[in-house]
Amino acid sequence: MRRAVSALVRKDLRVELRTGEAVPAMLLFSISTFVLFHFALDRRSVDGQLAAGVLWVTLLFAAVLAMGRLFVAEREQGGFDGFLMAPVDRTALLVAKAAVLLCFLVAVELAAVPAFAILLLGPSPWAVLPQLCAVLALADVGVAVVGTLVGALGIQTRTRELIVPILALPLMIPVAIAAARATAPLLVEAGAGGLPGRWLAVLALYDLVFGLLAYAVFDYLLDD
Amino acid sequence: MSGDEPAVALRDLGRAYGERVALSGVTLTLARGRTLAVFGANGAGKTTLLRVLATLLRPHAGSVSVLGRALPGEGWAVRGRIGLVGHEPLLYRDLTAAENLRFHARLHDVGGGRVDELLGAVGMARRADEPVRALSRGMAQRVAICRALLHAPDLLLLDEPLANLDPGAAGAVAPLIGRDAGLTRVLISHDVDRGLAEADVVLGLRAGRPVLVAEDAAAVSARDVRELYA
Repeated sequence: MRRAVSALVRKDLRVELRTGEAVPAMLLFSISTFVLFHFALDRRSVDGQLAAGVLWVTLLFAAVLAMGRLFVAEREQGGFDGFLMAPVDRTALLVAKAAVLLCFLVAVELAAVPAFAILLLGPSPWAVLPQLCAVLALADVGVAVVGTLVGALGIQTRTRELIVPILALPLMIPVAIAAARATAPLLVEAGAGGLPGRWLAVLALYDLVFGLLAYAVFDYLLDD
Repeated sequence: MSGDEPAVALRDLGRAYGERVALSGVTLTLARGRTLAVFGANGAGKTTLLRVLATLLRPHAGSVSVLGRALPGEGWAVRGRIGLVGHEPLLYRDLTAAENLRFHARLHDVGGGRVDELLGAVGMARRADEPVRALSRGMAQRVAICRALLHAPDLLLLDEPLANLDPGAAGAVAPLIGRDAGLTRVLISHDVDRGLAEADVVLGLRAGRPVLVAEDAAAVSARDVRELYA
Protein backbone atom coordinates (compact mmCIF):
# COMPACT_ATOMS: atom_id res chain seq x y z
CA MET A 1 0.00 0.00 0.00
CA ARG A 2 2.89 2.35 0.73
CA ARG A 3 3.93 2.26 -2.92
CA ALA A 4 0.46 3.24 -4.10
CA VAL A 5 0.05 5.97 -1.48
CA SER A 6 3.42 7.42 -2.39
CA ALA A 7 2.58 7.37 -6.13
CA LEU A 8 -0.79 9.04 -5.56
CA VAL A 9 0.57 11.72 -3.21
CA ARG A 10 3.45 12.56 -5.52
CA LYS A 11 1.09 12.75 -8.47
CA ASP A 12 -1.34 15.08 -6.69
CA LEU A 13 1.37 17.36 -5.30
CA ARG A 14 3.00 17.56 -8.71
CA VAL A 15 -0.31 18.52 -10.31
CA GLU A 16 -0.93 21.14 -7.61
CA LEU A 17 2.55 22.61 -8.00
CA ARG A 18 1.96 22.82 -11.74
CA THR A 19 -1.60 24.15 -11.75
CA GLY A 20 -1.95 25.91 -8.37
CA GLU A 21 -5.66 25.14 -8.32
CA ALA A 22 -6.19 24.57 -4.61
CA VAL A 23 -3.63 26.19 -2.30
CA PRO A 24 -3.51 29.70 -3.83
CA ALA A 25 -7.32 29.84 -3.82
CA MET A 26 -7.47 28.69 -0.19
CA LEU A 27 -4.84 31.23 0.83
CA LEU A 28 -6.49 34.09 -1.01
CA PHE A 29 -9.81 33.15 0.54
CA SER A 30 -8.29 33.08 4.04
CA ILE A 31 -6.62 36.46 3.72
CA SER A 32 -9.74 38.02 2.16
CA THR A 33 -11.81 36.68 5.03
CA PHE A 34 -9.43 38.11 7.63
CA VAL A 35 -9.72 41.49 5.91
CA LEU A 36 -13.52 41.19 5.88
CA PHE A 37 -13.54 40.33 9.59
CA HIS A 38 -11.27 43.29 10.25
CA PHE A 39 -13.83 45.67 8.76
CA ALA A 40 -16.98 43.80 9.84
CA LEU A 41 -15.94 43.66 13.48
CA ASP A 42 -14.77 47.25 13.33
CA ARG A 43 -11.89 46.50 15.68
CA ARG A 44 -8.20 47.04 15.33
CA SER A 45 -7.48 43.64 16.81
CA VAL A 46 -9.09 40.61 18.36
CA ASP A 47 -7.96 38.20 21.03
CA GLY A 48 -9.08 35.22 23.10
CA GLN A 49 -12.22 33.33 22.08
CA LEU A 50 -13.12 35.79 19.33
CA ALA A 51 -9.68 35.49 17.73
CA ALA A 52 -9.80 31.71 17.93
CA GLY A 53 -13.27 31.67 16.39
CA VAL A 54 -12.27 33.93 13.51
CA LEU A 55 -9.15 31.89 12.82
CA TRP A 56 -10.87 28.50 12.83
CA VAL A 57 -13.99 29.49 10.92
CA THR A 58 -11.74 30.96 8.23
CA LEU A 59 -9.47 27.91 8.04
CA LEU A 60 -12.39 25.47 7.92
CA PHE A 61 -14.14 27.38 5.15
CA ALA A 62 -10.86 27.50 3.24
CA ALA A 63 -10.51 23.73 3.68
CA VAL A 64 -13.93 23.22 2.08
CA LEU A 65 -12.58 24.82 -1.11
CA ALA A 66 -9.95 22.09 -1.42
CA MET A 67 -12.36 19.28 -0.53
CA GLY A 68 -14.45 20.08 -3.59
CA ARG A 69 -11.39 19.83 -5.85
CA LEU A 70 -9.79 16.77 -4.27
CA PHE A 71 -11.23 14.13 -6.61
CA VAL A 72 -11.98 16.24 -9.68
CA ALA A 73 -9.05 14.94 -11.73
CA GLU A 74 -9.88 11.34 -10.76
CA ARG A 75 -13.45 11.79 -11.97
CA GLU A 76 -12.91 13.98 -15.04
CA GLN A 77 -9.64 12.53 -16.29
CA GLY A 78 -10.27 8.85 -15.58
CA GLY A 79 -8.07 8.57 -12.51
CA PHE A 80 -10.65 6.46 -10.71
CA ASP A 81 -10.70 3.86 -13.49
CA GLY A 82 -6.92 3.72 -13.70
CA PHE A 83 -6.63 3.33 -9.94
CA LEU A 84 -9.45 0.79 -9.60
CA MET A 85 -7.83 -1.45 -12.20
CA ALA A 86 -4.49 -1.47 -10.42
CA PRO A 87 -3.63 -4.27 -8.00
CA VAL A 88 -3.60 -2.03 -4.94
CA ASP A 89 -5.66 -1.70 -1.78
CA ARG A 90 -8.41 0.87 -2.31
CA THR A 91 -7.67 2.34 1.10
CA ALA A 92 -4.48 3.71 -0.47
CA LEU A 93 -6.61 6.34 -2.21
CA LEU A 94 -8.17 7.41 1.10
CA VAL A 95 -4.81 7.67 2.81
CA ALA A 96 -3.21 9.48 -0.13
CA LYS A 97 -6.01 12.01 -0.57
CA ALA A 98 -6.14 12.71 3.17
CA ALA A 99 -2.36 13.21 3.14
CA VAL A 100 -2.62 15.57 0.18
CA LEU A 101 -5.39 17.60 1.84
CA LEU A 102 -3.29 17.72 4.99
CA CYS A 103 -0.36 19.08 2.96
CA PHE A 104 -2.64 21.72 1.43
CA LEU A 105 -3.91 22.77 4.88
CA VAL A 106 -0.40 23.02 6.31
CA ALA A 107 0.78 25.03 3.29
CA VAL A 108 -2.13 27.45 3.68
CA GLU A 109 -1.65 27.78 7.44
CA LEU A 110 2.05 28.56 7.02
CA ALA A 111 0.98 31.80 5.36
CA ALA A 112 -2.54 32.33 6.71
CA VAL A 113 -1.66 32.20 10.42
CA PRO A 114 1.07 34.87 10.11
CA ALA A 115 -1.33 36.91 7.98
CA PHE A 116 -3.95 36.58 10.72
CA ALA A 117 -1.41 37.69 13.31
CA ILE A 118 -0.56 40.76 11.25
CA LEU A 119 -4.07 41.73 10.14
CA LEU A 120 -6.24 40.95 13.15
CA LEU A 121 -4.61 39.34 16.13
CA GLY A 122 -3.81 41.52 19.17
CA PRO A 123 -1.36 39.38 21.16
CA SER A 124 1.72 37.98 19.48
CA PRO A 125 1.29 34.27 18.75
CA TRP A 126 5.01 33.51 18.51
CA ALA A 127 5.48 32.70 22.16
CA VAL A 128 2.80 30.02 21.98
CA LEU A 129 3.74 28.72 18.55
CA PRO A 130 4.46 25.10 19.60
CA GLN A 131 1.09 24.83 21.37
CA LEU A 132 -0.68 26.47 18.44
CA CYS A 133 1.01 24.03 16.06
CA ALA A 134 -0.20 21.10 18.20
CA VAL A 135 -3.81 22.30 17.94
CA LEU A 136 -3.44 22.98 14.20
CA ALA A 137 -1.98 19.52 13.60
CA LEU A 138 -4.70 17.66 15.49
CA ALA A 139 -7.48 19.66 13.85
CA ASP A 140 -5.92 19.35 10.39
CA VAL A 141 -5.83 15.56 10.59
CA GLY A 142 -9.54 15.44 11.36
CA VAL A 143 -10.38 17.95 8.64
CA ALA A 144 -8.27 16.02 6.12
CA VAL A 145 -10.02 12.72 6.87
CA VAL A 146 -13.53 14.21 6.87
CA GLY A 147 -12.69 16.27 3.79
CA THR A 148 -11.54 13.19 1.91
CA LEU A 149 -14.69 11.33 2.81
CA VAL A 150 -16.94 14.23 1.84
CA GLY A 151 -14.95 14.92 -1.33
CA ALA A 152 -15.34 11.29 -2.41
CA LEU A 153 -19.07 11.45 -1.71
CA GLY A 154 -19.51 14.78 -3.44
CA ILE A 155 -17.70 13.76 -6.60
CA GLN A 156 -20.32 11.04 -7.19
CA THR A 157 -23.03 13.69 -7.48
CA ARG A 158 -23.83 16.28 -10.11
CA THR A 159 -24.08 19.01 -7.46
CA ARG A 160 -20.62 18.67 -5.99
CA GLU A 161 -20.33 22.40 -5.23
CA LEU A 162 -23.43 22.22 -3.05
CA ILE A 163 -23.03 18.79 -1.50
CA VAL A 164 -19.47 19.22 -0.26
CA PRO A 165 -20.07 22.27 1.99
CA ILE A 166 -23.51 21.02 3.06
CA LEU A 167 -21.96 17.77 4.30
CA ALA A 168 -18.59 19.04 5.43
CA LEU A 169 -19.56 22.02 7.55
CA PRO A 170 -21.89 20.17 9.98
CA LEU A 171 -19.39 17.32 10.25
CA MET A 172 -16.67 19.82 11.16
CA ILE A 173 -18.64 21.51 13.97
CA PRO A 174 -16.86 19.39 16.61
CA VAL A 175 -13.51 20.44 15.13
CA ALA A 176 -14.56 24.08 15.14
CA ILE A 177 -15.64 23.91 18.79
CA ALA A 178 -12.68 21.90 20.07
CA ALA A 179 -10.03 23.73 18.04
CA ALA A 180 -11.39 27.17 18.96
CA ARG A 181 -11.64 26.26 22.66
CA ALA A 182 -8.12 24.84 22.60
CA THR A 183 -6.75 27.88 20.81
CA ALA A 184 -8.55 30.61 22.77
CA PRO A 185 -6.34 30.53 25.90
CA LEU A 186 -3.26 30.81 23.69
CA LEU A 187 -4.47 34.06 22.15
CA VAL A 188 -5.39 36.05 25.27
CA GLU A 189 -4.09 39.63 25.34
CA ALA A 190 -3.35 39.50 29.06
CA GLY A 191 -0.98 36.58 28.61
CA ALA A 192 -1.34 33.12 27.16
CA GLY A 193 -2.80 30.43 29.35
CA GLY A 194 -2.03 26.74 29.22
CA LEU A 195 -3.14 24.39 26.51
CA PRO A 196 -6.46 22.82 27.56
CA GLY A 197 -5.84 19.08 27.41
CA ARG A 198 -9.55 18.26 27.39
CA TRP A 199 -10.08 19.92 24.02
CA LEU A 200 -6.96 18.36 22.57
CA ALA A 201 -8.36 15.00 23.64
CA VAL A 202 -11.64 15.83 21.89
CA LEU A 203 -9.72 16.60 18.70
CA ALA A 204 -7.73 13.38 18.97
CA LEU A 205 -10.93 11.40 19.54
CA TYR A 206 -12.55 13.07 16.53
CA ASP A 207 -9.54 12.12 14.39
CA LEU A 208 -9.74 8.53 15.58
CA VAL A 209 -13.50 8.15 15.12
CA PHE A 210 -13.58 9.66 11.64
CA GLY A 211 -10.42 7.84 10.65
CA LEU A 212 -12.05 4.51 11.50
CA LEU A 213 -15.33 5.55 9.86
CA ALA A 214 -13.56 6.58 6.67
CA TYR A 215 -11.59 3.34 6.62
CA ALA A 216 -14.84 1.36 6.97
CA VAL A 217 -16.89 3.11 4.29
CA PHE A 218 -14.40 4.41 1.72
CA ASP A 219 -14.40 1.20 -0.35
CA TYR A 220 -18.15 1.49 -0.86
CA LEU A 221 -17.82 5.04 -2.13
CA LEU A 222 -15.61 3.80 -4.96
CA ASP A 223 -18.05 1.08 -6.04
CA ASP A 224 -20.26 1.75 -9.05
CA MET B 1 -5.62 -19.54 -14.50
CA SER B 2 -5.10 -23.01 -15.90
CA GLY B 3 -4.32 -23.40 -19.60
CA ASP B 4 -7.73 -24.70 -20.64
CA GLU B 5 -9.77 -22.24 -18.60
CA PRO B 6 -11.44 -19.61 -20.77
CA ALA B 7 -10.18 -16.05 -20.47
CA VAL B 8 -13.77 -14.81 -20.42
CA ALA B 9 -16.92 -16.77 -19.66
CA LEU B 10 -20.29 -15.01 -19.55
CA ARG B 11 -23.59 -16.64 -18.79
CA ASP B 12 -26.80 -14.58 -19.06
CA LEU B 13 -24.92 -11.44 -18.13
CA GLY B 14 -27.19 -8.52 -17.38
CA ARG B 15 -26.53 -4.96 -16.32
CA ALA B 16 -28.87 -2.00 -15.93
CA TYR B 17 -28.54 1.70 -15.16
CA GLY B 18 -31.58 2.34 -13.02
CA GLU B 19 -34.58 1.31 -15.11
CA ARG B 20 -32.63 1.19 -18.37
CA VAL B 21 -31.31 -2.23 -19.33
CA ALA B 22 -27.84 -1.87 -20.85
CA LEU B 23 -27.03 -5.57 -21.19
CA SER B 24 -29.23 -8.63 -21.01
CA GLY B 25 -28.71 -12.35 -21.57
CA VAL B 26 -25.16 -12.21 -22.90
CA THR B 27 -23.62 -15.66 -22.96
CA LEU B 28 -20.29 -16.50 -24.55
CA THR B 29 -16.85 -17.96 -23.97
CA LEU B 30 -13.50 -16.62 -25.09
CA ALA B 31 -10.46 -18.88 -24.98
CA ARG B 32 -7.01 -17.61 -24.14
CA GLY B 33 -5.05 -16.02 -26.96
CA ARG B 34 -8.19 -15.34 -28.97
CA THR B 35 -9.99 -12.14 -29.88
CA LEU B 36 -13.64 -11.30 -29.31
CA ALA B 37 -14.93 -8.54 -31.58
CA VAL B 38 -18.00 -6.73 -30.27
CA PHE B 39 -20.19 -4.87 -32.73
CA GLY B 40 -23.29 -2.80 -32.29
CA ALA B 41 -24.71 0.67 -32.79
CA ASN B 42 -24.16 3.46 -30.26
CA GLY B 43 -25.87 2.59 -26.98
CA ALA B 44 -25.97 -1.13 -27.77
CA GLY B 45 -24.10 -1.96 -24.55
CA LYS B 46 -20.58 -2.51 -25.88
CA THR B 47 -18.83 -0.16 -23.50
CA THR B 48 -20.88 -1.45 -20.57
CA LEU B 49 -19.70 -4.97 -21.41
CA LEU B 50 -16.10 -3.78 -21.49
CA ARG B 51 -16.45 -2.02 -18.13
CA VAL B 52 -17.97 -5.12 -16.54
CA LEU B 53 -15.02 -7.17 -17.80
CA ALA B 54 -12.64 -4.50 -16.51
CA THR B 55 -14.16 -4.91 -13.00
CA LEU B 56 -15.31 -1.28 -13.13
CA LEU B 57 -19.03 -2.15 -13.19
CA ARG B 58 -20.81 -4.86 -11.24
CA PRO B 59 -22.92 -7.31 -13.21
CA HIS B 60 -26.55 -7.25 -12.08
CA ALA B 61 -27.56 -10.63 -13.47
CA GLY B 62 -25.92 -13.83 -14.61
CA SER B 63 -22.34 -14.85 -14.04
CA VAL B 64 -19.05 -13.41 -15.25
CA SER B 65 -15.69 -15.11 -15.08
CA VAL B 66 -12.55 -13.28 -16.17
CA LEU B 67 -9.19 -15.04 -16.23
CA GLY B 68 -10.71 -17.84 -14.19
CA ARG B 69 -12.05 -15.57 -11.45
CA ALA B 70 -15.71 -14.88 -10.78
CA LEU B 71 -16.73 -11.23 -10.82
CA PRO B 72 -17.42 -9.18 -8.86
CA GLY B 73 -16.42 -11.32 -5.86
CA GLU B 74 -12.91 -12.11 -7.02
CA GLY B 75 -12.33 -8.89 -8.92
CA TRP B 76 -9.36 -8.13 -6.67
CA ALA B 77 -7.56 -11.13 -8.12
CA VAL B 78 -7.72 -9.97 -11.73
CA ARG B 79 -7.04 -6.27 -11.21
CA GLY B 80 -3.59 -5.72 -12.52
CA ARG B 81 -4.02 -8.45 -15.13
CA ILE B 82 -6.35 -6.47 -17.38
CA GLY B 83 -5.45 -3.60 -19.70
CA LEU B 84 -8.08 -1.13 -20.88
CA VAL B 85 -8.01 1.29 -23.78
CA GLY B 86 -11.29 3.13 -23.55
CA HIS B 87 -12.97 6.20 -25.00
CA GLU B 88 -11.00 8.38 -22.61
CA PRO B 89 -7.23 7.96 -22.36
CA LEU B 90 -7.29 7.80 -18.51
CA LEU B 91 -4.36 10.19 -18.37
CA TYR B 92 -3.91 13.27 -16.20
CA ARG B 93 -3.84 16.28 -18.49
CA ASP B 94 -1.41 18.28 -16.36
CA LEU B 95 1.18 15.52 -16.18
CA THR B 96 3.49 14.67 -19.04
CA ALA B 97 3.11 11.44 -20.96
CA ALA B 98 6.12 9.97 -19.15
CA GLU B 99 4.89 11.12 -15.73
CA ASN B 100 1.50 9.55 -16.37
CA LEU B 101 3.06 6.26 -17.34
CA ARG B 102 5.50 6.30 -14.43
CA PHE B 103 2.56 6.91 -12.10
CA HIS B 104 0.70 3.89 -13.48
CA ALA B 105 3.93 1.86 -13.48
CA ARG B 106 4.27 2.51 -9.75
CA LEU B 107 0.68 1.45 -9.13
CA HIS B 108 1.36 -1.77 -11.02
CA ASP B 109 4.84 -2.21 -9.54
CA VAL B 110 6.47 -2.09 -12.97
CA GLY B 111 9.98 -0.71 -13.54
CA GLY B 112 10.55 2.61 -15.27
CA GLY B 113 12.42 0.96 -18.15
CA ARG B 114 9.14 -0.40 -19.45
CA VAL B 115 7.83 3.17 -19.78
CA ASP B 116 10.68 4.23 -22.05
CA GLU B 117 10.43 1.01 -24.03
CA LEU B 118 6.72 1.48 -24.75
CA LEU B 119 6.96 5.19 -25.50
CA GLY B 120 9.67 4.38 -28.01
CA ALA B 121 7.61 1.60 -29.53
CA VAL B 122 4.65 3.90 -30.27
CA GLY B 123 6.84 6.74 -31.51
CA MET B 124 6.21 9.03 -28.54
CA ALA B 125 9.69 9.16 -27.03
CA ARG B 126 10.32 12.70 -28.31
CA ARG B 127 7.05 14.02 -26.88
CA ALA B 128 7.31 12.11 -23.59
CA ASP B 129 8.00 15.23 -21.53
CA GLU B 130 5.10 17.27 -22.82
CA PRO B 131 1.92 17.56 -20.77
CA VAL B 132 -0.90 15.43 -22.07
CA ARG B 133 -3.11 18.49 -22.57
CA ALA B 134 -0.60 19.68 -25.19
CA LEU B 135 -0.80 16.43 -27.15
CA SER B 136 -3.20 15.75 -30.01
CA ARG B 137 -5.93 13.18 -29.41
CA GLY B 138 -4.03 10.69 -31.51
CA MET B 139 -0.86 11.15 -29.48
CA ALA B 140 -2.79 10.86 -26.23
CA GLN B 141 -4.33 7.66 -27.59
CA ARG B 142 -0.86 6.26 -28.23
CA VAL B 143 0.13 7.06 -24.64
CA ALA B 144 -3.12 5.45 -23.45
CA ILE B 145 -2.17 2.29 -25.31
CA CYS B 146 1.19 2.35 -23.53
CA ARG B 147 -0.65 2.73 -20.21
CA ALA B 148 -2.82 -0.28 -20.95
CA LEU B 149 0.20 -2.41 -21.86
CA LEU B 150 2.57 -1.31 -19.08
CA HIS B 151 1.92 -4.32 -16.88
CA ALA B 152 1.79 -6.87 -19.74
CA PRO B 153 -1.89 -7.70 -19.14
CA ASP B 154 -3.34 -11.17 -19.67
CA LEU B 155 -6.53 -9.64 -21.09
CA LEU B 156 -6.66 -6.53 -23.22
CA LEU B 157 -9.92 -4.60 -23.52
CA LEU B 158 -9.94 -2.28 -26.51
CA ASP B 159 -12.70 0.22 -27.22
CA GLU B 160 -12.02 1.70 -30.66
CA PRO B 161 -8.25 1.64 -30.04
CA LEU B 162 -7.38 3.10 -33.42
CA ALA B 163 -9.74 6.06 -33.10
CA ASN B 164 -7.87 9.32 -33.77
CA LEU B 165 -4.76 7.49 -35.00
CA ASP B 166 -3.32 8.33 -38.41
CA PRO B 167 -2.19 5.39 -40.57
CA GLY B 168 1.41 5.76 -39.40
CA ALA B 169 0.44 5.69 -35.73
CA ALA B 170 -1.98 2.81 -36.32
CA GLY B 171 0.89 0.92 -37.91
CA ALA B 172 3.13 1.68 -34.94
CA VAL B 173 0.69 0.31 -32.38
CA ALA B 174 -0.36 -2.72 -34.46
CA PRO B 175 2.52 -4.96 -33.28
CA LEU B 176 1.57 -4.16 -29.68
CA ILE B 177 -2.20 -4.59 -29.73
CA GLY B 178 -2.94 -6.22 -33.08
CA ARG B 179 -3.57 -9.86 -33.81
CA ASP B 180 0.14 -10.62 -34.12
CA ALA B 181 0.71 -9.58 -30.52
CA GLY B 182 -0.94 -12.87 -29.55
CA LEU B 183 -2.90 -11.33 -26.70
CA THR B 184 -6.34 -12.26 -25.46
CA ARG B 185 -8.44 -9.33 -26.58
CA VAL B 186 -11.94 -7.98 -26.43
CA LEU B 187 -12.21 -5.46 -29.23
CA ILE B 188 -14.96 -2.96 -29.89
CA SER B 189 -14.88 -1.56 -33.38
CA HIS B 190 -17.18 0.26 -35.75
CA ASP B 191 -14.89 -0.64 -38.63
CA VAL B 192 -16.65 -3.86 -39.59
CA ASP B 193 -14.06 -5.22 -42.02
CA ARG B 194 -11.11 -4.49 -39.74
CA GLY B 195 -12.97 -5.82 -36.70
CA LEU B 196 -13.85 -9.06 -38.45
CA ALA B 197 -10.29 -9.47 -39.71
CA GLU B 198 -9.04 -9.23 -36.12
CA ALA B 199 -11.70 -11.49 -34.59
CA ASP B 200 -11.92 -15.13 -33.66
CA VAL B 201 -15.25 -14.80 -31.88
CA VAL B 202 -17.97 -12.28 -32.75
CA LEU B 203 -20.66 -10.74 -30.59
CA GLY B 204 -23.28 -8.41 -32.04
CA LEU B 205 -25.38 -6.38 -29.64
CA ARG B 206 -28.61 -4.53 -30.22
CA ALA B 207 -30.19 -2.60 -27.33
CA GLY B 208 -28.12 -4.64 -24.89
CA ARG B 209 -29.21 -8.02 -26.24
CA PRO B 210 -26.95 -10.43 -28.12
CA VAL B 211 -28.36 -10.81 -31.60
CA LEU B 212 -25.23 -12.28 -33.18
CA VAL B 213 -22.92 -14.70 -31.40
CA ALA B 214 -20.43 -16.65 -33.47
CA GLU B 215 -17.66 -18.85 -32.10
CA ASP B 216 -16.01 -18.74 -35.50
CA ALA B 217 -15.60 -15.27 -36.95
CA ALA B 218 -14.88 -16.71 -40.40
CA ALA B 219 -18.51 -17.82 -40.58
CA VAL B 220 -19.74 -14.24 -40.13
CA SER B 221 -20.13 -11.97 -43.13
CA ALA B 222 -19.63 -8.23 -43.06
CA ARG B 223 -23.24 -7.91 -44.22
CA ASP B 224 -24.47 -9.76 -41.12
CA VAL B 225 -22.59 -7.31 -38.95
CA ARG B 226 -23.69 -4.23 -40.87
CA GLU B 227 -27.30 -5.19 -40.24
CA LEU B 228 -26.67 -4.44 -36.57
CA TYR B 229 -26.30 -0.78 -37.49
CA ALA B 230 -29.42 -0.63 -39.65
